[in-house]
Amino acid sequence: MSRGAVNVLLLIATVYMLLPLTWLLFAATKSLPDLYATPGFAFADLNLGANLSAVAEEGDGVFFRWYLNSLLYAGLGAALGGLISVACGYAFDKYDWRGKEKLFGVVLLGVLVPTTATAVPLYLLASKIDLVNTFWAVFIPSLVHPFSVYLARVLSSGYVPGEVLEAARSDGAGEVRTFASVALPMLTPAYVTIFLFQFTGIWNNFFLPLVMLSDQRLFPLSLGLYSWNTQVTAFPEYSTLVITGSLLSVVPLLLVFVLLQRFWRAGMTAGSVK
Amino acid sequence: MTTTLAGRERGRWAIVLFTAPFFVLFAAVVVAPLGYALWLSLFREQSSGLGFGGAQSVFSGLENYLSTLADPAFRDGFWVIAAYAALYIPLMLGGALALALLLDSGAAQLRRFFQLALFMPHVVPGVIAGLIWLYLYLPGISPIVAALADGGIHWDFLGDRVLSSVVNVAVWEWTGYNMVIYFAALQAIPREVLEAATMDGAGPVRVALRIKVPLIRGAVITTLLFTIIGSLQLFNEPVVMDSVSDGIVSTWTPNMYAYAEAFGKNDYGQAAAASIMLAALAAVLSYFVTRWGNKK
Repeated sequence: MSRGAVNVLLLIATVYMLLPLTWLLFAATKSLPDLYATPGFAFADLNLGANLSAVAEEGDGVFFRWYLNSLLYAGLGAALGGLISVACGYAFDKYDWRGKEKLFGVVLLGVLVPTTATAVPLYLLASKIDLVNTFWAVFIPSLVHPFSVYLARVLSSGYVPGEVLEAARSDGAGEVRTFASVALPMLTPAYVTIFLFQFTGIWNNFFLPLVMLSDQRLFPLSLGLYSWNTQVTAFPEYSTLVITGSLLSVVPLLLVFVLLQRFWRAGMTAGSVK
Repeated sequence: MTTTLAGRERGRWAIVLFTAPFFVLFAAVVVAPLGYALWLSLFREQSSGLGFGGAQSVFSGLENYLSTLADPAFRDGFWVIAAYAALYIPLMLGGALALALLLDSGAAQLRRFFQLALFMPHVVPGVIAGLIWLYLYLPGISPIVAALADGGIHWDFLGDRVLSSVVNVAVWEWTGYNMVIYFAALQAIPREVLEAATMDGAGPVRVALRIKVPLIRGAVITTLLFTIIGSLQLFNEPVVMDSVSDGIVSTWTPNMYAYAEAFGKNDYGQAAAASIMLAALAAVLSYFVTRWGNKK
């Protein structure tokens, strides 16, 4: 295949991937009538400001509440859950104990359990202890990410040489001290990678919040935008809210991924070489 | 790692400390719900004779499973998933593999740019991806529908052919992600192996198909496994489209069925049975894919 053909094919795929996002950018700048009346990939009268303030005003600024919720669920959840996974993966990599590989098998099985299969029973359990429709109902399950434990084990064996730990131990450092002040700094890139994976996982989660939450003010962005979209058939003006809101919720994520390329690439490389 | 006996003793506490947070939470949010679902699936709510005074849970054995399996709506869900997977998996993974091979071919320019651009859709949350495409399918708003109509093609994305529209959203979301995994695996192939093949006179296409693809078999099997599990759980995209599409009913996929049973009909036993069967199917398929992958 010629050099030209290879690049043309890649270019076609790129256009396919970027077209919907480009359309979103154009659509977010249009008023509702223009959305219908003007071509999708052309600017009409600039209405972005009005759309943004409509998003901000709808439901007493509930959109920003959703934004904050998503940041809390995903940010705190990935920060704490990432640490839990790194500690666990580190232990699997650096220590030996009886039944270790069997236990690790359980973690791997956990990767394969469809998360949606546990959501409904989780809801019923949560309702027994009055956790339904609270922040914790979405936050606590988000902390568990078996794939991160697997990733942490792989990355720990790559980033943390055993000799360094032995040196710390012979200097009299305890196991926890060794982990916190020697291993953890070396695992920072692994932690960022895992944080990113878990962050997107939680940010994208829809089924669990849908099942758990009925109070609008606890919704994450995805559920909030979905709830707006269910109004569109009856109230077409929600279209511009959904479109502008979608753009606002996608842009920061895109930026983070462009800036932190090195880390997700590292994670996916580690995941693929197994 | 720790070699001395004292070290081993010390290590034991550390192991507990490092692994307990994960496993305690794992037990609470994965194992307990699965166990509870299993338990629930064996009971049936029965309203007391007069219809008031609340319902009673009665042990019913496998009745929930049988009635779920007998429900045409549930069975239809599996046919939808089967058709979805038959279309989606080869298209998406094949596309990802082809793109990774193109990027790795040495003829590609701007590799970093292409990788990043192709990966972008994966960063978009599934629900938002569904919403964006929903508008791109909607006559009146969609430039795609308009362009096709100008070309004399009247394609109803949200009617009977909605399945292919849902497949398209998933292809858009996941191709770049899997492409990056394949590309990483391709880059790890020792260059000498490829040079030797080229010296033997194999062309680039032959090298790609006969040498590179078999060498990244592990990555292909892993992605296949995750794609199958993901396909079984299909929920977000069709639920988003449900509001405007005639082609999608509320029990369209098994997951939607479980959701509708639990929250539409409050039949938790039946919902649990549906969830368990879905998890069991995921386990069975995982087992076969892994076994098939370990052969050779």
